[in-house]
Amino acid sequence: MNGPARTTDTTPPLDRETIGAFGPHLAYAKDGRLDTGIEPDKYVKTHCCFCGQQCGMQLKVKDNVVIGVEPWYEFPFNKGMMCPKGIKRYLQQAHPDRLLHAYAKDAGATGGFRAMAYDAAIRQTAEAIDRIQSTHGNDAFAVLSGASLTTEKTYVMGKFAHMCLRTAHIDYNGRLCMVSAAAGNKKAFGIDRAANPWEDILGAGVILVSGANIAECAPITTNYVWQAREQGAKVIVVDPRITPIARTCDLFLPVKPGRDTALFNGILHLMIEHDWIDHAFLEQHTVGFEAVAASVREWTPQRTAEVTGIAVKSIQQAAEWWGTAETSFLCHARGLEHHSNGVKNVMSAINIVLASGRIGRPNCGYATITGQGNGQGGREHGQKCDQLPGGRDLANPEHREYVAGVWGMDPAALPQPGVDAYEIIRKIDTGEIKGLLSLCFNPVVSLPDSHFVRQALEKLDFYVVIDFFLSESARYAHIVLPGSLHEEDEGTVTQTEGRVVRINKAVECPGEARPDWQIIQDIAKALGREQGLTFESPREMFEELRVASKGGIADYSGISYERIEEHYGVFWPCPSDVPDGVPLPGPQGTVRLFEPGSWNPVARGAGPFYFPDGKARLNVTPYVGPAEDVDEEFPIILTTGRVVSQFLSGNQTRRIGPLVDHCPEPRIEMHPRLAARLGIADGDWATAESRRGHCTLRASVVTTIRPDTVFIPYHWPGRKSANQLTIAAQDPISKIPEYKVCAVRVRKADAPPEYAAALEPQQ
Amino acid sequence: MPVPDALEFFIDPGRCIGCQACIQACTECDTHKGQSMIQLDYVDRAHSTQTVPVVCLHCDSPTCAEVCPADAIKRTEDGIVQTARKPRCIACNNCVLACPFGVPKMQTKMNLMMKCDMCYDRTSVGLKPWCASACPSQALAFGTREEMARLRPHAKPVNTFQFGRQTIRTKVNIMVPRDAPTDIVDVTASMHEPTIGREILDDVFMERPDGGDA
Repeated sequence: MNGPARTTDTTPPLDRETIGAFGPHLAYAKDGRLDTGIEPDKYVKTHCCFCGQQCGMQLKVKDNVVIGVEPWYEFPFNKGMMCPKGIKRYLQQAHPDRLLHAYAKDAGATGGFRAMAYDAAIRQTAEAIDRIQSTHGNDAFAVLSGASLTTEKTYVMGKFAHMCLRTAHIDYNGRLCMVSAAAGNKKAFGIDRAANPWEDILGAGVILVSGANIAECAPITTNYVWQAREQGAKVIVVDPRITPIARTCDLFLPVKPGRDTALFNGILHLMIEHDWIDHAFLEQHTVGFEAVAASVREWTPQRTAEVTGIAVKSIQQAAEWWGTAETSFLCHARGLEHHSNGVKNVMSAINIVLASGRIGRPNCGYATITGQGNGQGGREHGQKCDQLPGGRDLANPEHREYVAGVWGMDPAALPQPGVDAYEIIRKIDTGEIKGLLSLCFNPVVSLPDSHFVRQALEKLDFYVVIDFFLSESARYAHIVLPGSLHEEDEGTVTQTEGRVVRINKAVECPGEARPDWQIIQDIAKALGREQGLTFESPREMFEELRVASKGGIADYSGISYERIEEHYGVFWPCPSDVPDGVPLPGPQGTVRLFEPGSWNPVARGAGPFYFPDGKARLNVTPYVGPAEDVDEEFPIILTTGRVVSQFLSGNQTRRIGPLVDHCPEPRIEMHPRLAARLGIADGDWATAESRRGHCTLRASVVTTIRPDTVFIPYHWPGRKSANQLTIAAQDPISKIPEYKVCAVRVRKADAPPEYAAALEPQQ
Repeated sequence: MPVPDALEFFIDPGRCIGCQACIQACTECDTHKGQSMIQLDYVDRAHSTQTVPVVCLHCDSPTCAEVCPADAIKRTEDGIVQTARKPRCIACNNCVLACPFGVPKMQTKMNLMMKCDMCYDRTSVGLKPWCASACPSQALAFGTREEMARLRPHAKPVNTFQFGRQTIRTKVNIMVPRDAPTDIVDVTASMHEPTIGREILDDVFMERPDGGDA
């Protein structure tokens, strides 16, 4: 994978004129939002839009403006707690940058875009889609969707692509988020959902957090971890950085980025050596242990230490605590998953859970922590390139037949599985895909090797973006359609525990903007292919989704809006019908997976796991290093991640003043040992270069990071973007990009970057 | 209606994750919208991610009120030290300088000292303050003493602080390790020389003790 550095200029444009017209500008509370003693017209119970935990909150609404938030103390997951993003999310509404019209690209117009009538924009979009598809075939038009949409919208997006456009190429930005965990879970358990509710964290004796910056990316989970510790839990954190959750942990394992499989193989090696294994559980409920045991024999503590960069005694301590625990909870997030070996990493972590036998019981659990607003629900109902609703497979003839039946179409007319989001970009680059529609996806900021992405988007014959703000990607669009904010529509999302919750509408869309699903249906109608896309409300979509998911693994058939509201959410799977003698799930659905004696539609009583024999799989996970390792030319590891005050590509949060003020610009974080060698002091401008691009940022010199690694948060665009440097290497199974490891060199910058004087921090 | 006696405020710095939810929440408080009254700082970011949040500790005998020449700062009977009263406050900054915890803030635009009033609009009607409602790590918590003892068995609340010869008792508690002895730090013990303030107050016309000119 290690090739020569790119020789062409990879510097992104500053886009000052577009930024002047469309932002990102900062919004602060003013006027009615600052007045005291105001009685809102209504309090709308809903959930946060800024991460997969989906904290309950109430929006305060006055005169069609969200003027603030109020804790929703009764919602059981977060009991009123909120992180800074949740508290300030209301400032995205009634924002000066909000798109109120459709726009067409026009070099002569201010900011490069000219406002146009909505109907005309829909017509032009439909004409372009029709032209491309009739000239180059259905698959020449692709769709990129997002996992921060309501589940209803994701269902409509899948149906739009597969039934209306009949293109194979729809994928979503969960490809950058949840897919390694999803694939690992399906391979080990046959189902892709957190195995346990977060309540089970509270009673766990050992909590192992792997590659999850909980305090910044899932802040509410912090209280669960801290509360468990008050009750005696030992907390083990695996991370190359001492994040706030790691600061007071009982054992910190500073893994070298990209070496996680080696660590878990090494822990399993010690568990077997000391017989810290639940033989009865392995015998009754799993297959594959012998092969895995043989494969980890070579992972002695010494070898594990050499590969992972973690001290031998720490590895031994972790194995002992994990091995001898009575109860435990293992959770991981993108730190484990954003790798070209992401699925293997996940499976190696699951192996130590299965070997311990501690799953499917109270206080014994396992979960991935979802990242996006609907990271769970967004990956279940058909907007993934190989998927149909209910977690069904597009390649499975029975699944095709069932869903085609629900949709009223010929199964043979359903496209075959398409390619993943990054492969869609590659196909745009080669000219195979000529047209693109994107919604809730900002690929220019969020995809790796962003120079390549920008170059590809420029080649499109036609690109239509649905968004509420002009995102950095929308700057490449021919047509921009004004979509809806989270608070302008209703529906459901499925949060990190697998709990389906209700999003309630607080305000109406402004100007010519409208709910995203209406825009999609308007395009379908203009194409003359509106069959199946004539929904009048999200509730109507949900009712169809219930049918379409029925009998699948992600079975929502027993869930209704009313049931969700009555029980503060319902956990899927929640079938409406089960065979005689099998109990239906309780009012809250299936709260905990894999309970002894539980029934599921795959095992049909043979066991608690979702395979025909009811048994979980241990998978052999041979260690393979990262796609691009360090060498003499690029000797430092770059890893990327989030900060607490920003969300994903920042299209929303970089417009919210108080959040930007918390962490205005990305910094390149490095250890003083490395900084001293490079002659860089805290606050200096430093340039990081990879084979793909370069980036100049101020340095933050801290002892809380491995000296062989630098960290850059990824929420910023253009010349501040970490993804100018990252590598587009992907996991062979999940196709997740390797955001967490690539090779760079770093030097003190010759001069401050041009953007420093030209742009505001959030731009 | 006063803040109920049984409900107390607890600061537990060991739990703080520096997320600033408290600061953002504080700006939503209906008594001072748009202004945060909370201090949240890294202790030493170069070496740790440790942050410490400070809200007003609501002293039994508030230094800020004692030094106020305009008698603008009032402590209500439920123990809440309120923001300065606008008609009285002369923006002299005495309270800002005197508070041992660094809580009061001078809003120069408004010529008014503002400080945390424990979300009087919320706590006086039985709700938790904004910051303790939001805090994702519950480093800022609001509840009964019994509840805290049950939920945090390894910590104990402390509400007496020693600053030199001044003993301060506060309504707000700080959680410290239960088994560790109470460590009273006498600020003057580690000072190199008397503060300028003391010198001026004690003996403003005398020669300095070290023989130099005053």
